[in-house]
Amino acid sequence: MASAITTLAADAPTLSAANTGFMLICSALVMLMTPGLAFFYGGMVRVKSSLNMLMMSFISLGIVTILWVLYGFSLAFGTDSGSLIGWNSDYVGLSGIGITELWDGYTIPVYVFAVFQLMFAVITPALISGALADRVKFGAWVLFTALWVTVVYFPVAHWVWGAGGWLFELGVIDFAGGTAVHINAGAAALGVILVIGKRVGFKKDPMRPHSLPLVMLGAGLLWFGWFGFNAGSWLGNDDGVGAVMFVNTQVATAAAMLAWLGYEKLRHGSFTTLGAASGAVAGLVAITPSGGAVSPLGAIAIGVIAGVLCAMAVGLKYKFGYDDSLDVIGVHLVGGVAGSLLVGLFATGGVQSDVAGLFYGGGLEQLGKQAIGVFAVLAYSLVASALLAFLLDKTIGMRVSEDDEVAGIDQVEHAETAYDFSGAGGGAASRTTAAPTPSAASKKVDA
Amino acid sequence: MKLITAIVKPHKLDEIKEALQAFGVQGLTVTEASGYGRQRGHTEVYRGAEYQVDLVPKIRIEVLVDDSDAEELIRVIVSAAATGKIGDGKVWSVPVDSVVRVRTGERGADAL
Repeated sequence: MASAITTLAADAPTLSAANTGFMLICSALVMLMTPGLAFFYGGMVRVKSSLNMLMMSFISLGIVTILWVLYGFSLAFGTDSGSLIGWNSDYVGLSGIGITELWDGYTIPVYVFAVFQLMFAVITPALISGALADRVKFGAWVLFTALWVTVVYFPVAHWVWGAGGWLFELGVIDFAGGTAVHINAGAAALGVILVIGKRVGFKKDPMRPHSLPLVMLGAGLLWFGWFGFNAGSWLGNDDGVGAVMFVNTQVATAAAMLAWLGYEKLRHGSFTTLGAASGAVAGLVAITPSGGAVSPLGAIAIGVIAGVLCAMAVGLKYKFGYDDSLDVIGVHLVGGVAGSLLVGLFATGGVQSDVAGLFYGGGLEQLGKQAIGVFAVLAYSLVASALLAFLLDKTIGMRVSEDDEVAGIDQVEHAETAYDFSGAGGGAASRTTAAPTPSAASKKVDA
Repeated sequence: MKLITAIVKPHKLDEIKEALQAFGVQGLTVTEASGYGRQRGHTEVYRGAEYQVDLVPKIRIEVLVDDSDAEELIRVIVSAAATGKIGDGKVWSVPVDSVVRVRTGERGADAL
């Protein structure tokens, strides 16, 4: 990660029980972000597609975990080849790693680093799913996720964080994933929806969130898990940098929530729940790349800027007519770009590295590097994701049929519905008529 | 006999029920309803996207009374239901030809 810019100790590192324990807890916190994201997204869709939304995030824990162990960790963090990709056969299947072997230059085992990074790889494709609500075949999504992490996430993580990766070598600061995670996912979302198109009834039918309490639950879990995401990205706590990151995460998020609410009060007349949740996430996204480089006051400024920018950006889909269902572009792409670029202005030179931004006497150099990082990842992810979606659409098809989409994707793709409304009085028409029996297939086996 | 129907704001139900009990009404029927009057519902905003909600939740209360009590009862309901704000609802009465108590077969005023 970005922390490799400086090393923690001059002497050869030895395994630190404190850092190892801390990093295992951080990894567990980051894991919780994916189900948190599932709730955040799941509450924002209509009743008829809420399970599909939950599943599109949750399945990432299955697919990406396995691919990461098989070859993903090796591609992202193996020995560099041409600044573009890594490879280390010891990492394949995590089979050649000793249990006390340390991650190079750090005081934590390779296994701990691998599992911490795994959680980042899991949540990134899950982030994309919010743009595709209601309309994508689940099988196609599973395949897309597997291909996307292989072709886009693993290489980009190597560029940004891998020793020898070209953006890493260039000096782009991405403390915890502004480019590799948020810009990457946001640009991918844009690429895919340009291929698959809008939901049936976009801009005509009401598509209001079915459960704002779920959205708040999800946003709360994301905020909580994000402390692991950000504070853990220094890979240890020997020098206080992780603590600065923890503080910055809290204050930027608070500032962004207030800024979003203030903007919508002025613009639309109310302080909304969805605005509070969205503002918080926008702040979390924006501080992710920058929080290791700035002061708490800088973090407040970044939060306010991101909160207002993202609140303005979410309306663009209606203006331009692309259907980013749950505003992955408006929140993650815009927030990620804002946070990554603002490093070039607000970096103090006194936290994770000695690089100073424009406001701290550093000139425009770092801003230029940040811009290269932002646009390289944005462009690659946008194009590669659009191509993958196109390929899948032409072969197995990306979308469910229009009838199925209107009837509700939950029933078609998962043979389930989220809520049973027939129990609480009335609802006789929707009551199930048959008692639960084994399905036809299992009956045959019995006979 | 008259059937008095009141469409009111849901949060006014308890006050109206108490007022009717104080007046001496023996029974009533309450239904959840939705609709709109001149104010035409309300607007909700989700991330800046505005949704016009036409049908707003209402409560429909029905009471059967003797002709002589009808006017007074309407006044009782109106005074209990009023908030002075838009969307307070409406109360009306219609004549009823016959009423039968199902359990006993009593008819007319005895059945009330």
